[in-house]
Amino acid sequence: MLDLILTQTLNGLASASSLFLVASGLSIIFGVTRIVNFAHGSLYMLGAYLGWTLVAWLGPASPLGFWGGVVLAALLVAGIGALIEIAILRRIYPAPELFQLLATFGVVLMIQDIALAVWGPEDKLGPRAPGFRSFVILFDSRFPSYELLLIAIGPAVLALLWFLFRKTRWGTLVRAATQDREMVGALGVNQRLLFTSVFAFGAGLAGLGGALQLPREAATLHMDLSMIAEVFVVVVVGGLGSVAGAYLAAVLIGVLHAFGILIFPKITLVLVFLVMAVVLVVKPYGLLGRRPAGQPRATAVEPLLRPADRATKRAGLLALLLLAALPLAAPDSLLLILTELLIFTLFAASLHFMMGPGGLASFGHAAYFGLGAYGAALAVKWLGAPMEPALLFAPFLAGIAGVVFGWFCVRLSGVYLAMLTLAFAQIAWATAFQWVELTGGDNGILGVWPSAWAVSKTAFYYLALAICAACVLLLRVMIFSPLGYGLRAARDNALRAEAIGIDTMRVQWAAFAIAALAAGVAGGLFAFFKGSVFPTYLAIPRSVDALLMVLLGGVQTVSGPIVGAFAYAGLSEQLAKLTLYWRFALGLAIVLLVMLFPRGLVGGFLAWRERLGPGAGAR
Amino acid sequence: MSALLAIAGLDAYYGRAHILQGVGFDMGRGEVLALMGRNGAGKSTTMKAVMGLVPPAGGTIRFDGQRIEGREPFAIARLGIGYVPEERRIFSELTVMENLAVGRRPPREGAPHWTPDRLFALFPNLGRMRDRPGGAMSGGEQQMLTIARTLMGNPRLLLLDEPSEGLAPVIVEAMAATILRLKEEGMSILLSEQNLHFAGNVADRAAIIEKGVIRFTGTMDALKANEAVRTQYLSV
Repeated sequence: MLDLILTQTLNGLASASSLFLVASGLSIIFGVTRIVNFAHGSLYMLGAYLGWTLVAWLGPASPLGFWGGVVLAALLVAGIGALIEIAILRRIYPAPELFQLLATFGVVLMIQDIALAVWGPEDKLGPRAPGFRSFVILFDSRFPSYELLLIAIGPAVLALLWFLFRKTRWGTLVRAATQDREMVGALGVNQRLLFTSVFAFGAGLAGLGGALQLPREAATLHMDLSMIAEVFVVVVVGGLGSVAGAYLAAVLIGVLHAFGILIFPKITLVLVFLVMAVVLVVKPYGLLGRRPAGQPRATAVEPLLRPADRATKRAGLLALLLLAALPLAAPDSLLLILTELLIFTLFAASLHFMMGPGGLASFGHAAYFGLGAYGAALAVKWLGAPMEPALLFAPFLAGIAGVVFGWFCVRLSGVYLAMLTLAFAQIAWATAFQWVELTGGDNGILGVWPSAWAVSKTAFYYLALAICAACVLLLRVMIFSPLGYGLRAARDNALRAEAIGIDTMRVQWAAFAIAALAAGVAGGLFAFFKGSVFPTYLAIPRSVDALLMVLLGGVQTVSGPIVGAFAYAGLSEQLAKLTLYWRFALGLAIVLLVMLFPRGLVGGFLAWRERLGPGAGAR
Repeated sequence: MSALLAIAGLDAYYGRAHILQGVGFDMGRGEVLALMGRNGAGKSTTMKAVMGLVPPAGGTIRFDGQRIEGREPFAIARLGIGYVPEERRIFSELTVMENLAVGRRPPREGAPHWTPDRLFALFPNLGRMRDRPGGAMSGGEQQMLTIARTLMGNPRLLLLDEPSEGLAPVIVEAMAATILRLKEEGMSILLSEQNLHFAGNVADRAAIIEKGVIRFTGTMDALKANEAVRTQYLSV
């Protein structure tokens, strides 16, 4: 028993090293640039692939070939990081946080397709490290010596980082810039150079983490998102901006994983979730993190959300009538597309409700959409429920998740909140994926068909139209209700809102739950629309779909999500048809959109109109 | 010989608010000029505009004859303008020595060359707390540290934004003495100030700003003699 505990501890420590390298890179980059680099997992993946190629090229048998390849891969990734910073990030530093996150997600998509094009879809089995191929006998059990090396690398890098940040001028400048980058610039330090070097350094750490992982596991096209989700957990638990915290959390999560797999293989993730929950309740900014320094962001004042004026109301009514009359003329194929668009509009509107008026950016909203879909499917499969009660059960499941997850999330704000929502979504996804007995795992749940009366495409279209239109209108009404006002007050100034008696956390919690509920309604409809549910419904790309719809339309507009849903769904559909590498095209489109329209489509239009004449507001 | 700093027709906005409305004044080498006015008159914004921290919407800023408006803050700092912000903006997680290290620039011709040791002679308090984090210092000590940090860049012109604000009277006296010492070294100083007594002790000339417009320029003595201007623009 004792030896088992020991080997699992060592296993955990070994896996913690790569996790730490990636997380510390992310943390350092965030500290200076205030950008949470979504693409950090992708840089890790590139490190692994580049390491694989370089080691094979330099000769995996010789120590020089292997270690040279690993180091070279890290340096190359650092260079790629510098390129990304210069070409993309440098242009979006003044943009709102969310758009920056979104742009880095665009980079994730682009790198995914680049990796696919260069290395192909097969997993690449990594070389073993020369000199570290044997086992060490520890307490009567064999332990790979490479693992021991990895265990040593973690603290070694930690010490190196400490030296770099405490004892060199570059490190001092980085620490100063973490606190007040504008002041560092006013003292004559070229911020651009500093930012680029910091980004390259953080990217290099991620690349090193990826290359070092090669002898342990194969390089795959999925390692980017699974790594970024874990890194977000590590960073939230350890404290954003704290390198030592990142190490501590990486060890904690690594060891927890190792033991979790041993003891309860099915609920490893739940274990991680519980630890994160405890840490966040006790220390909201992580083990060694601190409340983000009050460096106010110089963003423009958000345009006011206003109720629709008469023209907008008329246009909305007209659109609704048009949609209602459409089945008389439209072919079934168009009805199918429109039904899907209606469902996505509700999905986007639910996210907008918490993001726009609430200022709570969720990067894991698909969790509630997917849970809604699973709620409906599970009710059909396990309870034999017909469509109507199943549709009622769907938002119920999503709402419960919203209440539980939301309780944690509203304790945080900004990027912390975004990271936590993403981590929760990843946990929900993994549960659906791993709990095969209940959910069918990757095979999903099939045979989720609507009741007889709603089987025809026209009938289901009307059902979707009625439910979605009602829910979207209800969300709109709530934006202009006392709850909505309280929500906006809490977003704009939590302190003042509390001073006038608004329990901001509770208001935000309610908004979170309502948004989850509405997403669940959309998910339930989607399950019956498709006739089946799969874990991909809760996956990160689906969350990003919703984010894109909202941001494309503009966060601070009420009709934005509707316009955004139609624009985005149309765009991605066309891209998928046109090119094999649609992810690259979509990623590029996202990056360009963020650079050109930092306020979204509707927001950009309103800003343009505002410039033309006074008296126009955001509708 | 041309002026060290020449500002003409300077416009600046915060969002839609028109803060500076054609501000203009000159200052010479080795001069201490007090930019005076009430809260919100545009003193800090003028300094930030010179430093490039607030982008000027119009007008010109010449430093040593060279136009600097629209340049980036770090480039302006490297030309030899040192900025001491009103809020001090000490790097609270960094020690005194590290704060000074961030400000360090190579020696500059025509400007005094500062080292930590020379600065500790000027601010003896700082010398006794070299390894203390900036966050663990008193307001007066922090104010000394910001000035020292900026001097590490060996500036030819020092922008001091409200150096006496929020300090105890004893510290204000010490601050005045420090400014006079710097002036003896030949440093040119643009100082924003509300306190006429303090400004009168250290400045050669004054410029009065109100609602983004310069209303008066002249020697400190002329200002002291001109009661109408003082009551109209300075008294609270």
